[in-house]
Amino acid sequence: MTTDWPLYEVFIRAKSGLSHRHAGSVHAADDEMALNHARDVYTRRNEGVSIWVVRSSEIVASDPQDSAALFEPAKDKIYRHPTFYEIPEDVGNM
Amino acid sequence: MYTQSLDQQGSKTEHAADAETAEQLAAFQKRVDAEEKIEPKDWMPSAYRRTLIRQIAQHAHSEIIGMQPEGNWLTRAPTLRRKSILLAKVQDEAGHGLYLYSAAETLGISRQQMVAELLSGKAKYSSIFNYPTLSWADIGAIGWLVDGAAIMNQIPLCRCSYGPYARAMVRVCKEESFHQRQGYEIMLDLCRGSDAQKEMAQDALNRWWWPSLMMFGPGDAESTHSAQSMAWKIKRFSNDELRQKFVDATVPQAEFLGLRMPDDDLKLDEASGHYNFGEINWQEFYDVLAGNGPCNKQRMRVRRAAQDNGAWVREAAEAYAQKQAAREAA
Ligand SMILES: [Fe+2]
Ligand SMILES: [Fe+2]
Repeated sequence: MTTDWPLYEVFIRAKSGLSHRHAGSVHAADDEMALNHARDVYTRRNEGVSIWVVRSSEIVASDPQDSAALFEPAKDKIYRHPTFYEIPEDVGNM
Repeated sequence: MYTQSLDQQGSKTEHAADAETAEQLAAFQKRVDAEEKIEPKDWMPSAYRRTLIRQIAQHAHSEIIGMQPEGNWLTRAPTLRRKSILLAKVQDEAGHGLYLYSAAETLGISRQQMVAELLSGKAKYSSIFNYPTLSWADIGAIGWLVDGAAIMNQIPLCRCSYGPYARAMVRVCKEESFHQRQGYEIMLDLCRGSDAQKEMAQDALNRWWWPSLMMFGPGDAESTHSAQSMAWKIKRFSNDELRQKFVDATVPQAEFLGLRMPDDDLKLDEASGHYNFGEINWQEFYDVLAGNGPCNKQRMRVRRAAQDNGAWVREAAEAYAQKQAAREAA
């Protein structure tokens, strides 16, 4: 092998109605080979009806260092959840 | 186990260079203790990273080399049914190797480097795959015992603190159960067959039992990496604990087959409910690890030949991809 082939992330839709979910990754020389490898490696037991592959280098990810800045602000906004509100039982299901 | 926690190449020397503060280490341990999963981009101690790379790579290599002893019987499986099953199992093992290589890569080692370390002999793989498959019954014994032992080890690894390794293990464990059951079914068929078939099954058990027990790695007193791996929740049970679980689960299965375990000291301890078993020949274990098992040289020769013989295919695929990309750009 002259180089490691590009890494692709594999996403699989288990059945129609569900969203694609990350399954793992494969190396491949090109997109078509990535699809073939993903099929062989991740769907040997009918695990999927659709596959997405995308080059890992194309994924833009948030940095764990920033996670406080990104996600903490949502933590104290409990009023965004239905359980924050008290509705008298007599009102019934809401 | 497949990882046997046995790498001797001291990576401890690099320790001095690790600029890790006590606060970082404590914060990391706190996350681990809280059963939080560690993900690739998270901060981690470099020794944690090295331990995982070594263990996952060793595990991956074992899956790949492990295809050889069983592959040996693909063309000689006794029926088409058995042949299809064995083919599917060997294909699964290739898949396991690939899931694991991907998991190791998330820690910053390249696939190429891992393969190079296997081919050069620097990286280890499980000692079990250096034993020959002499008869069809060996395929039964491998599925039943070797995959059985692997399952014992891999189920707790599904809860490993490192996310990508744990997720790979979940996938692997789902597939392993079929491996063990098809092996036991082969043994069942043989044990219900002629005297000669039953003898073949017994002979396979005689040869695979002790090497299977060695798969769990050295005893707790000898196992140097264990304590740290437990603290980091890479490991959940000690080698001896897992070995005992395996013996306890397997002895009744042998009894059901009507086979005799090749161990005169094997005895149920009524008080504890566990089986006591005889002394493992650790000299044999270390000899096999050192490269002197019955098939070490053959396994490496076959693996290197596969690499060399496939070179033109990889080169052609790469050239084709480059040509397509150039055409698209034009
Ligand atoms: Fe496997
Ligand atoms: Fe297996």
